[in-house]
Amino acid sequence: MKKLIAPVIIVVVILLLYFVVPKPLEFSPVTSTIILSLIGLALVAMLILTIAGKMIGRRTVFIFIAVALTLPFMMNFKMPIRITPEVQSLYDALEQLPAGSKVLAAYDFDPPSAPELQPMADAFMTYAFKKDLRVIIMGLWPQGPQQAQLSIEAALEDKEVAAKNLQYGVDYVNLGFQAGNEFVIQRMGSAFRGMFARDSKDTPYDDIPLLKGVENFSNIDFVMNFSAGKPGTQEWVQIAVDRFGVTLGAGNTAVQAPGMYPFLKGGQLVGLLGGMSGGAEFELVTGEPGKAAGFMLSQSCAHVVVIAFILIGNVAMLLARKKK
Amino acid sequence: MKRQIPMMILSTIGTIFVLAYFSPGLEELEKGGSIFFDVVACFAFFLGGSNLVRVHIQKIARHNPGWGYSIVTLFGFGLMLFIGLFKLGNPLGIAGAPTEPGSWFQIIFQYCVAPLSATMYSLLAFFVASASYRAFRAKNTEATILLVAAFIILLGRTQLGLVMTSWVPDWLSIAQIPNLAVFIMTSPNLAGQRAIMIGIALGVVSMSLRLILGIERSYLGSDS
Repeated sequence: MKKLIAPVIIVVVILLLYFVVPKPLEFSPVTSTIILSLIGLALVAMLILTIAGKMIGRRTVFIFIAVALTLPFMMNFKMPIRITPEVQSLYDALEQLPAGSKVLAAYDFDPPSAPELQPMADAFMTYAFKKDLRVIIMGLWPQGPQQAQLSIEAALEDKEVAAKNLQYGVDYVNLGFQAGNEFVIQRMGSAFRGMFARDSKDTPYDDIPLLKGVENFSNIDFVMNFSAGKPGTQEWVQIAVDRFGVTLGAGNTAVQAPGMYPFLKGGQLVGLLGGMSGGAEFELVTGEPGKAAGFMLSQSCAHVVVIAFILIGNVAMLLARKKK
Repeated sequence: MKRQIPMMILSTIGTIFVLAYFSPGLEELEKGGSIFFDVVACFAFFLGGSNLVRVHIQKIARHNPGWGYSIVTLFGFGLMLFIGLFKLGNPLGIAGAPTEPGSWFQIIFQYCVAPLSATMYSLLAFFVASASYRAFRAKNTEATILLVAAFIILLGRTQLGLVMTSWVPDWLSIAQIPNLAVFIMTSPNLAGQRAIMIGIALGVVSMSLRLILGIERSYLGSDS
């Protein structure tokens, strides 16, 4: 019976928020400041408890993280975001592409990584459509092309994009998923048709107007890869860039991004969007603040709570050492 | 023969792939090899699916702990397979793609699979926080340096880092947390990553040579 209490409370709160609270729920700056101050005070209380010799349980840590992650969604704080050089260089490379350029968008991620990668992918798709780039979509991960479909739907919701009345097969095409990891990239180097005889709608390659004249990477002006692991950016660099000389930009999860810096510094990547912050920066540099920029406050609060708990843990360790 | 045939296949294909990288004349052979790889990769889907069904049916039959979840897994697997194969609710009918917007397959993907998968992965935030609290200790100099670097990256990748050090004058801008984070990523991290990458590359080359030459045989199984 006790086990049921927490889920029941969560369900009741969700139902209350959904049916009772007027939408959209948004705290005023004063309320937001009070809430953030209370979280800060609670963390100080945790520190005092630790100094007093009481260790904090993991459930307490979970509650703090849950509060720090969720409440900022309802806060309307405007905080500055600085554009990092790797995001700026990606944007500059995209800006140099003339209208009508063919861009290959490789969606190499699945729903678990979508909260981090989908916002940047949506921002990229919206930007590409606004700039009249022709987008060819594919995926080395089975669910990648479905994530791309979500990006297309998100981009088409934009008024400016909707006004362009984009046509499938002419302005964009989804080639779907192909098994084979890096071998797919390798074979695309000689013939796209060999790997994607039909698109995701089962249309033969030769019947798609956008793909007329697209034989291999030499007919592609830019490749953008959204990656959450292997196969992903590293494979695209090793084969598409090093062997076939494509121009590659990448969007990676925050965990994966540090491993991509050698490629970035080596010039094999023209730019890199790293995690949620990379997505937020890309949204800002393209002038369309979206989901990623909106999530940054939540990420800031969660990071601060993690740092606070690491510090509290270290205080506990120092006290234990002192006692010994 | 059980050992020699796989070793011969590996040596031949491996040698072709290495030579094809340097010799355009062997490209066609390389293509053939990669087609075989695609075929094998496709079989992995059948193998994975059948293995999933087998494991969960066994779990249900034996009433292992958590067998109820196996029913949910099999139900979800069967449902998606059925809807995807027969294209139920597809606006374009049986001729449309399974992922056609508005099809049941795409609706379930968008409103069930995607949020559920994201939720599972998001739990990491809680476990990472709890693990950091318990294990991330400044026990010695190296651990302290790692800890400080982690703090700078954690803050530097958020707006708070910028706000906290926005008062730092321009001539000392390197001391601003976001700039410190960029420095850590593009200098110490870069050096470490390059070292790891070179190490891995050397390991891959030596392991590949061992496999091609038939010295490494562990992939053949323990009875080999």
